[in-house]
Amino acid sequence: MFALPFVRDALLAGSLIAVASGLLGYFVVLRAQVFAGDALSHVAFTGALAAAAAGIDLRIGLFAATVAIALLFAALGGRARADDVTIGVVFAWILGLGVLFLDLFNASSGGGSGIVGARALFGSIFALSGGEARLAALVALALIAATLAVARPLLFATLDPAVALAHGVPVTALGALFLVLVGVDAAEATQAVGALLLLGLLAAPAGAAHRLTASPYRGMALSAVLALASVWIGIALSYRVSSLPPSSAIVLVAGAFYALALAAGSWAHAGVLGWRR
Amino acid sequence: MNPSFSANPITDLNELLQYPFMVNALAAATIVALVGALIGWFVVLRRESFVCHTLSVMSFPGASGAALAGLPLASGYFAFALAGALAIAFGSRAGARRSLSHESAVVGSVGAAALALGFLFLSLYGGVLESVETLLFGSSVGITVGQVRTLAVVGLLAATALAAIGRPLFYASIDEQAARADGVPVRALAIAFLVLLGLAVAAIAQIVGVLLTFALLVAPAATAQQLTSRIGLSLALAVALALLEAWAALTLSYFTNLSLGFYVTSIALALYAIARAARELRR
Repeated sequence: MFALPFVRDALLAGSLIAVASGLLGYFVVLRAQVFAGDALSHVAFTGALAAAAAGIDLRIGLFAATVAIALLFAALGGRARADDVTIGVVFAWILGLGVLFLDLFNASSGGGSGIVGARALFGSIFALSGGEARLAALVALALIAATLAVARPLLFATLDPAVALAHGVPVTALGALFLVLVGVDAAEATQAVGALLLLGLLAAPAGAAHRLTASPYRGMALSAVLALASVWIGIALSYRVSSLPPSSAIVLVAGAFYALALAAGSWAHAGVLGWRR
Repeated sequence: MNPSFSANPITDLNELLQYPFMVNALAAATIVALVGALIGWFVVLRRESFVCHTLSVMSFPGASGAALAGLPLASGYFAFALAGALAIAFGSRAGARRSLSHESAVVGSVGAAALALGFLFLSLYGGVLESVETLLFGSSVGITVGQVRTLAVVGLLAATALAAIGRPLFYASIDEQAARADGVPVRALAIAFLVLLGLAVAAIAQIVGVLLTFALLVAPAATAQQLTSRIGLSLALAVALALLEAWAALTLSYFTNLSLGFYVTSIALALYAIARAARELRR
């Protein structure tokens, strides 16, 4: 399996994207910003298809859209408290817009929209070319480095913003930087598992880690390891069973980890494993 | 077929109705808009709009699993949406004590896992490229007479049930404490309503796709509630807006050859935005 170049490319890009998503996802759950990740997943789909309709590289639309929305969220900060209905109507419209771009792309290219649409929605890690995989890996590496660099102050700013501010930690700037990092990661994860499934890589391993340990650094490491394991197991399963799409396999493995962690958490809570929290 | 708008609406209507698939689509859209608006009105009142999105995403693996198993798609939509509704109804008490961030991580992961499972079934089925968009974003073509009949029966059942529990449900939604004190079975009503919501979501998802049900279920009701606080008027308005949205989207989609999903969501957003603006201005 490792002899095949497309598997090696998928593993290279997938592993680094997984670690980046696991680390960032830990903070996403800690900061209760899963909703922002959800918003980015809708935007990623529409951005990629807008680029397809305009006839440019999908990744340009993908990164432009997710980073722009991340910056918008950062600018709005805590001021914009939209209610559920407004959010739902706007999210549905963003997807509707993506469908429009798909139609336009279909009209201009004369068919083939199914492949582009399905790829934007559900990813296709095996279809990454060598160059695409290397670029994705480099961006993911930069994301990991940036996340680790700000991990300590970010943790401080998340757990106790008032005290952090008093200690001279730039809380607002860190929050904005973090959202941009999540935006870039959303664009990366879309290439691996697709826009609709990126929460599976961003929220599931991190949610599991939060269930299993309360220590932040152990939690970050665990979240990254679980994400990495999901990608590896997912890719291996999908390689063995060719009708199993890699993105489905990865997200279902990540979901299974989360389900196990929830079960383990409630057993521990009930004292089944001999200790109580 | 070369659709074109003429200045004469009668001609346009005749052109629309000359194709059986459009007649089926209009009939199905009318049924789901009617039932959806009524149930959506209570969804907005009870602030359960995200439950309805989750149920809708859960029906995706149902539909694709049914395709894989060679069963009618409708059975998959209904089975999974109902199972999801019951799971939420009976699981919500246990979940209530969990913190907000963990809860949203669970909801997000369940959604992603459901979509992943649906995509898996579609891949196994083999018809992935065309059907994935139809299931996710809806389509006005390919609705059969049998499907319309099923929707009509389910719609009638749901509307009758809603009419039967409407009054106590309204009381329980407005003031749960008082209703409970008055002996209204609040919990049973909540479960019954979730089941009805599952039915409505499964019906609407068959027309506008699992990702866009919000636009036809919640948006018209929310728009109506922005415009008036009188109960009967706002229910009637919700139904009227939903019908307008469904018919206009189908007509525009037919004459411009663009997706139904784009028009449904755009009209829903436009109406909602106008209603919000009107309310702000009146203040």
